[in-house]
Amino acid sequence: MSVIIFADQFQGKVKKSALEAVQYGSKVAQQLGVPAIAIAVGEIDAAELSALGQYGASKVLHVADARLNEPEAGAATKLIAEAVAKENASVIVFSHNFAGRSIAPQLSAKLKAGFVAGAIGLPDTAAGFVVKKNVFSGKAFANVSIGTDKKIVSVMPNSFSLAPGEGSAAVEAFAAGLTDADFRIKSLKVETVSGEVPLTEAEIVVSGGRGLKGPEHWGIVEDLAHTLGAATACSRPVADSGWRPHHEHVGQTGFTVRPNLYIAIGISGAIQHLAGVNGSKTIVVINKDPEAPFFKAADYGIVGDAFDVVPKLTEAVKKYKGN
Amino acid sequence: MKILVCISKTPDTTAKIAFTDNNTKFSEAGVQFIINPYDEWYALVRALELKETQGATVHLITVGGADTEAVIRKALALGGDEAFRVNADSHDSFYIASQIAAVAKQEQYDLIFTGKETIDYNGSSVGGMVAELLGLPFVSIASKLDVNGTTATLVREIEGGEETVEVSLPLALSAQKGMAEARIPNMRGIMAARTKPLKVVEPVAAEHLTSVVSFELPPAKAGVKMIAADQVEELARLLHEEAKVF
Repeated sequence: MSVIIFADQFQGKVKKSALEAVQYGSKVAQQLGVPAIAIAVGEIDAAELSALGQYGASKVLHVADARLNEPEAGAATKLIAEAVAKENASVIVFSHNFAGRSIAPQLSAKLKAGFVAGAIGLPDTAAGFVVKKNVFSGKAFANVSIGTDKKIVSVMPNSFSLAPGEGSAAVEAFAAGLTDADFRIKSLKVETVSGEVPLTEAEIVVSGGRGLKGPEHWGIVEDLAHTLGAATACSRPVADSGWRPHHEHVGQTGFTVRPNLYIAIGISGAIQHLAGVNGSKTIVVINKDPEAPFFKAADYGIVGDAFDVVPKLTEAVKKYKGN
Repeated sequence: MKILVCISKTPDTTAKIAFTDNNTKFSEAGVQFIINPYDEWYALVRALELKETQGATVHLITVGGADTEAVIRKALALGGDEAFRVNADSHDSFYIASQIAAVAKQEQYDLIFTGKETIDYNGSSVGGMVAELLGLPFVSIASKLDVNGTTATLVREIEGGEETVEVSLPLALSAQKGMAEARIPNMRGIMAARTKPLKVVEPVAAEHLTSVVSFELPPAKAGVKMIAADQVEELARLLHEEAKVF
């Protein structure tokens, strides 16, 4: 028996969300008293793979196939199923990131293995296998029981902080029986938003709303984000007006983020917006309207003019960063 | 082209979330139900655009009791041609996917749309499961879809960027923001929807792989700490020393 964790990579580095999955899977393996085995696909440095030992993996299966650098979901599903059979895995762990959302449900149907998507707690194995997850867009939690022998869990990004220890994993080449017919989705191009922090992986997010009055005023948001090493985001009206790209929209119909710090500037805090950010550990709201509903969901608030407050906050943060 | 759009009934985005029966059941008291926004705004509307520009038949499917019919009629009013309701009540993604796959196997679709996820159970699972059960390729979280003959070109979200992919039909996809803009049904559509076929089919035998043991509401926030607008440095200090977030 074993726990298998899909450790997906981006441009040769294991994603932070995948490291969280490896750490989570290793803890599940400890609970069950079985080894934690990571599986990585695509071109990736051996040192990067053996470092997964720091997060609890004892072994890493590596499928060094360049066609899997951005994994084709069908091919990835097939090869993970082969690894599950080879290692007799009872639990398979993914990150609930974009790759995980694509592959995990297919693997679930293929293996008829019960799947909980977006776990925010370790499984309770005292009576069966019960995993806590967000439901109703973060407005509630559900404890979901998996009743099948094989179980699949995907881990909500930014829900578990990384605590690397000592250790090095043995890297083993894994020859998956893939043929050209398994690659039905052809990647034409990959465009990366370079130099920016990916929104869904960011530990700090600085977000702007209609209160900023126009796209030309986003400099103060970007300056604060840059100073904090944060990703930038926006509310739905801002994305709908074309002030900012759609991939920055957080909220019920945009992206859900769970950073350690979410700073909302000029966002009133409609319930649909809160649904996308209410998993954030600390929320700061800066709004000139003292009645803005967002203050009720905030940890810290300032009633004031964003154009005055935000540059001052950037300067104040710089002082701490300098120390 | 023959298209299937999977429709889920969800509580309205502003619904108050509460539970009954010792926290094992969602309380529907006073709750308005809507078409899951991802299914409606992005999946269904893009399917209708393809119908308008290239010609297609658009079928809808939902798995649920008779109380889901209002939602499916609204989807028909937006422009779907006919609908299936699988008469079963389940919150297990695999069971639901098995029902959809059974109907799709009979009907043979070129495109099967789901929304990115439902706003109630947030599983984002049904689309991928349907694809696997039917042996179709699955493109997740797509923000763009164009069809040229039997080839589909899609843009999908990946960590830190976007990927453009090409796939031969048939395929399954999950749709997100960017794919289309929300529409409002017009009176003619609403009238026409009343007479469009809504077939009720009985479920096929399928397993439930998961079950909800209980629900919980998050603990209440401790309350906001307000800082005066001329004390911005104090906010930086609190974030650094108290919240320790940077």
